[in-house]
Amino acid sequence: MINHASTPRSLLFLDLLALLGLIGAFGLVIFYAPLELTMGSVQKVFYFHVAAGWAGMLGFLVATATAIAHLKTGSLKWDIASLAGVEIGMVLMALCIISGSIWARPVWNTWWTWDPRLTTALIMELIYAAYLLLRSGIDDSRRRAKLAAVYAIVGFTSVPLTFLSIRIFRTIHPVIIGSADPAVAGSFAMSARMQITFFSSLAAFSVLFAALYWHRYRLGRLQGEILEKRAALEMESE
Amino acid sequence: MKPFIGAVFAIFWKDLLAEKRTREILGTMLVFALTVILIFVFSFDLSVEMRRKAAAGVIWVTLCFAGSISLNRTMGLEKDREGFDSLLLAPVDRTAIYFGKALVNWLYLLITAAIVVPVYSLFNNTSLFSWGVLGVILLGTLGYILTGTLLSSLAIQLRARDMLLPVLLFPVVIPLLLAAVRASTILLQGGSTTELGTWLLMLAGYDLLFSAVGVLLFDKIIEE
Repeated sequence: MINHASTPRSLLFLDLLALLGLIGAFGLVIFYAPLELTMGSVQKVFYFHVAAGWAGMLGFLVATATAIAHLKTGSLKWDIASLAGVEIGMVLMALCIISGSIWARPVWNTWWTWDPRLTTALIMELIYAAYLLLRSGIDDSRRRAKLAAVYAIVGFTSVPLTFLSIRIFRTIHPVIIGSADPAVAGSFAMSARMQITFFSSLAAFSVLFAALYWHRYRLGRLQGEILEKRAALEMESE
Repeated sequence: MKPFIGAVFAIFWKDLLAEKRTREILGTMLVFALTVILIFVFSFDLSVEMRRKAAAGVIWVTLCFAGSISLNRTMGLEKDREGFDSLLLAPVDRTAIYFGKALVNWLYLLITAAIVVPVYSLFNNTSLFSWGVLGVILLGTLGYILTGTLLSSLAIQLRARDMLLPVLLFPVVIPLLLAAVRASTILLQGGSTTELGTWLLMLAGYDLLFSAVGVLLFDKIIEE
């Protein structure tokens, strides 16, 4: 049973923290981070682009871990947790793809290339769209939870393979963290100010993810309780 | 181990017998596969040179499409005639049902490949057969069928039934398809052997990984 009367204080606090974090990170991106030499201001898309991608990936990871937990325990709580991860992951990953396209247009001179990260992000969106279609095709909540959990695991298993296979196939995406190939168009080294901005954006999006996730999970729990109460009422009236 | 293999072959045999009497799956797959090849040839109006270059891609896409027919049907059969309930009553490991179904689907797809590949060669006046290509076809179709059998047992339990299988299956098999197409292309047109080795490794890795996933998850899908 959860408290329906009002949103918990700690969640409101998290909301506030996410809002302040985003405003702060945005301020850093606009006013603090230096202009990159060759790409200029469009390079600033990078901070929120990577942060959204990271938080989206986190959503899919959480969805997979909670799907495994559901298959182990059979508890519907984990199913709600898994669905929340997928939905938020999809929105953030879409933001990542769109912001990446906006950056790629001037830098790579194209909206889209079939690079491993772009392609994997797109295929992940397809997999999780299929996940949502799968859920809408089953009425019984226990059955839906179980089959959705199975598909979440199967879908996520193929993600690293997809990435690897397309990486072998071709790559022109700049690698900012880890070993950078300076020959790739659009790669750059981060200065100290860029790093501060970058990690602030990552932190802000992580808090945003936590707040959204909590809200979505709570919503799912409340929905479940309403369904249960309605079923109980129908039983009584019969 | 022995009763397990017995159970796998019993299910395999049962499906073959049903197919022998109805003859609905294999015939449909073959006609469909040939139609898809025709559509490819016409819609791209391929030159002789291009036909050779596109061969691997055309053949793998055709096999994927044709495979989804048998994947849907072999599972749908059980659902239609309430065969699943009887299968579940049998005192055998549930995984045997998975491998039995996968085996029969694999056989259908291999038969389809055995006809599609020579027909494509004949139409386009180019030779596609080699032992290497045969190996890639075996590995690639195996991985496709292992994933497909798992997901088709899931898809038939949905309201929309067979409609959703391609949507669920195709994004998951993309790494397999890419590896199969690249490996076949290298074998048909030459290319670096180290790259070929990488793709074969990818195919084998995919097969191993998804047979493990199938074994772990299949009984979660079908338990009532």
